[in-house]
Order: sequence, then structure tokens, then C-alpha cells
Amino acid sequence: MPAVEAKRSIEAVWRVEQARLIAGLARMVRDVGLAEDLAQDALVAALEKWPKAGVPDNPGAWLMATAKNRAIDLMRRGANFERKQDELIHEVGARMAMDAASVEHGLGDDLLALIFTCCHPVLGTEARVALTLKLLGGLTTPEIARAFLVSEATMAQRIVRAKRTLAAAEVPFETPDGTELDERLPAVLEVIYLVFNEGYAATAGEDLVRPGLCEEALRLGRIVAELVPREPEAQGLIALLEIQASRTRARVDRKGEPVLLADQDRSRWDPLLIRRGLAALARAEALPAPLGPYGLQAAIAACHAGAASADETNWVRIAALYEALAAISPSPIVELNRAVAVGMAFGPEPALTLLDAIAEEPALTRYHLLPSVRGDLLAKLGRGAEARAEFERAAELAGNERERQLLRRRAVES
Amino acid sequence: MRFMMFMYPEIAEEDWNPSAEDVAEMSRYNEELRKAGMLLSLDGLHPPAEGGRVKFDSAGGKTVTDGPFAEAREVVGGYWLIEARSKEEAMEWASRVPGRGCTVEVRRVFEMEDFPEDVQEAAEREFGGL
Repeated sequence: MPAVEAKRSIEAVWRVEQARLIAGLARMVRDVGLAEDLAQDALVAALEKWPKAGVPDNPGAWLMATAKNRAIDLMRRGANFERKQDELIHEVGARMAMDAASVEHGLGDDLLALIFTCCHPVLGTEARVALTLKLLGGLTTPEIARAFLVSEATMAQRIVRAKRTLAAAEVPFETPDGTELDERLPAVLEVIYLVFNEGYAATAGEDLVRPGLCEEALRLGRIVAELVPREPEAQGLIALLEIQASRTRARVDRKGEPVLLADQDRSRWDPLLIRRGLAALARAEALPAPLGPYGLQAAIAACHAGAASADETNWVRIAALYEALAAISPSPIVELNRAVAVGMAFGPEPALTLLDAIAEEPALTRYHLLPSVRGDLLAKLGRGAEARAEFERAAELAGNERERQLLRRRAVES
Repeated sequence: MRFMMFMYPEIAEEDWNPSAEDVAEMSRYNEELRKAGMLLSLDGLHPPAEGGRVKFDSAGGKTVTDGPFAEAREVVGGYWLIEARSKEEAMEWASRVPGRGCTVEVRRVFEMEDFPEDVQEAAEREFGGL
């Protein structure tokens, strides 16, 4: 095999095995930073050996055995880190003595423990995101830096600090259970959601690493949904992401400008992802616990996905879902969206009443969509002068030029 | 990016139905794909004898034939649609199929961006009505 080709297939093996490798090693050495270093060492060894000797039949097992041996070597030489070495050597030795089958059995658990460790509450949100992409997504530090538009040095430091924080806090490498799982799962799901949105916000023509974040988030979301199948929010989140991702091709036009949901060409929505999203939503709904915020947002997205055209949207159901969402996860933005749905379902008057209730919300004072929605409702009631004032205000606040033009035009037409 | 992995079983049609053992082994593989967040969809196909063919000649004329078919040739027995980060990663997963006496072919799925501008425009006119 030519060298370049060999390197690429080794890297592919690495991408497939990396997260499980780090997870399995972290279980032994109780330190994700060290586990990652050991896994890296195993990769270096593979890059040396495999091009000549060929890729072994079970490359994952080879990498794991190599990394374990390396762990023991390191500890014997007492290199670079201060830990209770005898204890660690003993532990690693005991682990290695376990038969392969039982190690195999715990792989999913190790992976889940790694996810929970990367999203541990001792870390800030940015650190959780970075560490998750590094250790579970297998993205390189420069890739993560590019994806989040920060310098490589900044990102490298963020990751190093995160690993140090976990080590200093002696965060146990485990999957929480019972109420602790309920408390900590939202942080895991939030990280996946943030990664997805970061990719979703990227525009066409941008560095491909950024749109790639959506795929990465989908992959992680699918993994978590498989690992905790009884958690409605894990199913709800993946349902939401699948349905949102189904609109990727329709949500920007060929000039890269965003297209509003109502104006999107629905034939360009991806039916496979919609079907997957609806299936995940059905799984969430089949669980005894009620839908959480992600599940409800997925249910709303599903209403849009199921409508053949914008006019055929079931706004009554969407308004009810927003009401449920507002009850468990109240926010001015949810209220604003609810008002839009109520306006579509029941007419402008009840919608205006909802908007009046959030008119003074500090979070919305600079948000152009509040006056824009208000203007739209007032225009429908034939209150032209008031509508015009709202559209003018919205135009002043709008961040992008195209939206500003659109709002000015509506002001003139009112 | 998406890849289709086609399974070409090298077996006679009368042996088409897999054993419980084969199915169990394949299910473990499918589960692994699913747990890795890679699997989008998969299906197994009935043998070609139960299917049919529509052949178009170069002028667009049609010949419809029902199975079974006389000539032996490679036939698809099933497929997986996966999301992978590179062709190499898809190939790595293909190499993990618990196969015996079969070929697994990996093909990348076209995305709209893979087409030149004029083709993209034509697709929009055709399906989008923009």
C-alpha cells in the first residue's frame, strides 16, 4: 500500500476507534488527559508499524493493547506525572487480566462515562464543547479552533485547562445514575445542541469545518440517544436535530442568503432525515415521562415537517406546543414564537395580547423580531400607522441589510 | 458525507434466505454501526427472481421483464446508508461487515454541491419551481 494511502486508512481506523479507545483507557487510568495521550501514542505506533506489517485483523484491540502497554511502561518509569503509581500499575494490570469479552461488554458504558466527564459541571460550557469535540468527535485542536473562530493557541489552552480542571477536581470517571443522571444529562445534550447550532449558523462557502459541526452533533446525538434510550430528552434532542438538519438544503438560497421557513422550497427538505426525526420523536413520546423542552421543540419542528406547504401548517397544534414549552421552559423568545403561532391559529388580537405581556422584557428590547411581529399583526388588523411605526423600529434594530430593506418596504406598504 | 454500502452475496438464489445465525451476526454489526451514530438506514432485498426489470434501449424504448432471469450476474442483496467523515472511514466500516463469500461495495452519495452550477439550477427549476 502506498504510504499516503496507508496513512489515510490508519487515520480512518483511528476515527472509528478513538473515542472508545480513550474511554476504555480513561476507565483504567482515571484521567482523560492521560488516556488521550496514551491513545495518541498508540496511533503513532500504528503509523509506524501498519504500513509495513499491514493493518491487523482487529485494529481496535491492537490499539488498545498497545496503549495499555504504554501506560504500564510510563508508570514503571515514573515519567511526567505524579500519581499513586503502584496503585495504578496494579489497576491497569488487573484490568488487562480481565477477559476480552467483559471489556467488550462495557464499551458503551465507557463511552457514556467519557461523554459525561467531558460535560462535567466543573467545566465551563466552552470547555465542555471543546473537550467533547476533541475526545469524542476526534476533531483536531486546529479544526476545533477554526470551527469556533478562535486562534489555535486559545483553543489548545482551553483544552489543556479543561483536562487539568478535571484532574484537579478528581472527577470520577463514571456515568451518573438515578437523579444525578437527570441533573447532568441536560449539560450533555446542551453541548450537542450548541455544536449543532454553531454549524447551522455557518453560511455556505465558509470553511467546511463549520458546517461539518452539524454532522458531528448529529453523530453524537445519535450515539447518546442509543446509549440512554429511556431518556425522553435524548430522543427529543436527536429528533429536533434530525428535523432541523433536514432543511439544510432549503434554508439558504444560491447566493447564501437565509430563506425563512415559510418561504423554503419544501421539496428540498431531506425526507430521510425527517423520517428519522419523526421516529425519534415517536420514541420520546412512547416513554412514560412527558416531553421536555427538546421534545416539544421537536414536536413543533415535526408540525412544520409534516405540512405540505406553509399554508397547510397546523398552527393550532403549534400554538398548544408553544404553550406547553412556555410552561416548562419559559423565556421571552418562546413567548414571542408562541405569539406568532397564536396569530396564525387564532388571529392577530390574542397574539397582540401575548406580545403586550412581553413588551418590556429586557432580553427583547434590542430584538428586531418583536416589533416586526407586532407590525405584522397590526397590519392584519388594518392599524396601518401603528404597524408602520413598528416596522420602522424593527428596521432600525435589524442586524442584516437584507432584513432591514424588507422591513422598510413593509413600513412603506403599511 | 453519505455512503451507500451495497452487499453482493455470492450465493444461488435458492439459498437467498439467510440463517438465524447469519442474521444474528449481521444484527450485531448493524447495532455497532447504529451505536456509532453512523447508520442512516438499511434494508435487505428479496432475490431478483421475485423482482423485475425495465430495460431502456438507446432510443428510450422499453422492455419489461419479470424475474427469474436467465443470465447470472452480480446482484444486490441489501444496502446500508451511512454517514461517514471520509471514504476511508466508510471503507473501514465496510471491512468490518461479517461477510463470507460476498462483496461489499462502497459508493459515495451525490450531494447537490457536487454538481456544476447549471445542473444545480436545473434541479431547482425541475423540483423547486423557484
